[in-house]
Amino acid sequence: MSGGVQYPVRVIETEALSPTVKRLRLARRDGQALPPYSAGSHTVLTLDGGTRLIRNAYSLLGSTLAGGAAYEVAVLRSPQSRGGSAFIHDHLTVGTALNLSAPINLFPVNRTARRHILVAGGIGITPIAAMAAELAALDLPFELHYAMRDTASGAFAAELTARHGDRLHLYVSERQERLSVRDILDRQPLGTHLYVCGPERMIEGVLADARTAGWPESALHAERFLAPDGGEPFALRLARSGISTVVGEHETLLEAIEAAGVDAPYLCRGGACGQCETRVLVADGDLLHADHYLTDSQKSCGQTIMTCVSRLRGRELVLDL
Amino acid sequence: MRRPSPDRLTSLRDMTMQPTPIRSRPLYGTLAPVRQATRHIVLAEGEGASAVTDAFRGHDALARTSILFSPAPRSADRRPATDLASLSCEALHVASGVEDLLAELATTLSSATMGTRLYISGSEDFIGRARSEALQRGIDADAIQTEHRGAPTRRVQCVHCKGFTDGVAASPTVCSQCGLYLLVRDHYSRRLGAFMGVCIDAEAPGEIPPAEAFGA
Repeated sequence: MSGGVQYPVRVIETEALSPTVKRLRLARRDGQALPPYSAGSHTVLTLDGGTRLIRNAYSLLGSTLAGGAAYEVAVLRSPQSRGGSAFIHDHLTVGTALNLSAPINLFPVNRTARRHILVAGGIGITPIAAMAAELAALDLPFELHYAMRDTASGAFAAELTARHGDRLHLYVSERQERLSVRDILDRQPLGTHLYVCGPERMIEGVLADARTAGWPESALHAERFLAPDGGEPFALRLARSGISTVVGEHETLLEAIEAAGVDAPYLCRGGACGQCETRVLVADGDLLHADHYLTDSQKSCGQTIMTCVSRLRGRELVLDL
Repeated sequence: MRRPSPDRLTSLRDMTMQPTPIRSRPLYGTLAPVRQATRHIVLAEGEGASAVTDAFRGHDALARTSILFSPAPRSADRRPATDLASLSCEALHVASGVEDLLAELATTLSSATMGTRLYISGSEDFIGRARSEALQRGIDADAIQTEHRGAPTRRVQCVHCKGFTDGVAASPTVCSQCGLYLLVRDHYSRRLGAFMGVCIDAEAPGEIPPAEAFGA
C-alpha cells in the first residue's frame, strides 16, 4: 500500500505542553517494538475522523529516537486546520487506536558537516529539538536558536534549557527579543550547516539572509510542511481507473483519490517529498501548485501535479491514475 | 533550491563535449566570482592564471580576494605571476610549488568562515589535489568552482600499492611507486583527487598497448 509500512498503534499518554500543543505517546497495539529513526524524521498518522479519514504528517520527537516501546509527536492546534489537528486535540485520548507510518526523513542532519546551527520558530521546534538531542548524544558542536511568540506558547523551552544549557538561545517576541540571523551566521567556521523549521515567512527570511551572506545551497536545510488549504470544488477523472468523482471544498486532491478507492502514491502529505507527483492528462482550468518540490518551470508547464497539496481552479482535472 | 546553478549548467554543457559514461569523471566550468561571497580564495597553477585574470579583472570582488599561485612545473614563465599582480587583489601569494601552495591553503582555510568561496584553475591534477585538500578542511563542494586550463595531466592512484603518481599525461603509465603498468580509468575519487590506475598486463605480463595521451 502507498505511504510505506503502517503500524497499528494506540495512544498511551497525552500531555498538554501548552494551551495549543499536545504531546502524544503512541505504542504498537501488538506490543512489538518500533524501529529507531534519525532526527528530522516524520510519521504520517492515519485516524478515523468520523466522517473522513485524517492523514497528517508530524515530526517525531527527540525523546524516542531509539524507537522501541513508543514514539512521541507534538501536535499544534492549527487555526487554519481543516480539522485534523483540532480532531486530535478534542477527541484523542489514552486508548484511541490509530495507524502510523514507518519514519521518513526528508530533513536529516548532515553527518559530514562540522558544526550545526539549528533555528526553530514555534512548533517548528519539533524536528529541530530532535536534531539537538541527536547532536548532543554524539557530542557534536551545535547551537540552537528557538523563537516563540510568548513563553506560554514555547512548548519545550524549559526542557531544552535544562538539557542544552548555554547552547540554547531563546527569543520571545512578547519580550521584544528578536532573532538576528545575520549575527548568528557571522563568523561561522567552514563546514557549518544551517537547519531551519518554522513558519514559511521565517524560513524564507533565514534562507535569504544565509544566501546573502554567501552560504552555499548545500549547507542550507529547511523543512516546510504545508497544511494544504481547501478551495473551490472541482470534478476529477482518473483515466486509468475509469473513476469520476468530485474534490470537495475542504478536501485535498489526494484525499478525494483515496476516498474513491484508488491507492495513489504519497509519503509526506506536505508538498515536500515528491512521492505523489502525478501526470496531468487534461486540466480544464488553472493548476494551483502549492508544493515545494516542482521547479517554477515544471509548475508552469503543468505536466504533473503534487496531489497532496495542489489542486485545480476550474471545471475538471483528468489524471493518469 | 532545486534550480540548477550556473555552475551546474556549465557542467551540463561540458558533459556533452566529454562523452565518457563514467559519472565520477570530474567536469570543469568557467570561473565566475559569486557576488554575495564574503571572501574569495583563488588557487591557480601555471596557465590557470589566465582563467583568473579573465574572471576577476575589474571585478568588485578583488578587494576581498586572496590569490595563491604556483608556476607550472618546470616552467620559468614569469608572465602569469605578473598578470595576477596587475589585478591588485587584497593579497597575492606566489608559491614555490604546489606543495607550498597547498600548505598555504591549509593555513588560510583553518581560519576561514562560511561565505568563503574557492576558485581553482590549472592542470587537471592540480585541480584535483587542491579540491581534495580544500574538502578536507571542511569547505562545501558547491562553494568551489573549477576551470581547467593547461595540461590535461592527471593524478593517479595505483589500486595495487595505493601510491600516487602526479602529472600523468597518457595511459597506460608506470606507477611511480611500485612500477606496475597501469591503465588509467575515468573513475575518480573526489576525496583523493585522483583517478584510478589498474594493472594492465595482469593476465598477459609484458603485453603493454601503446600509450594514448589524454585529450584536452
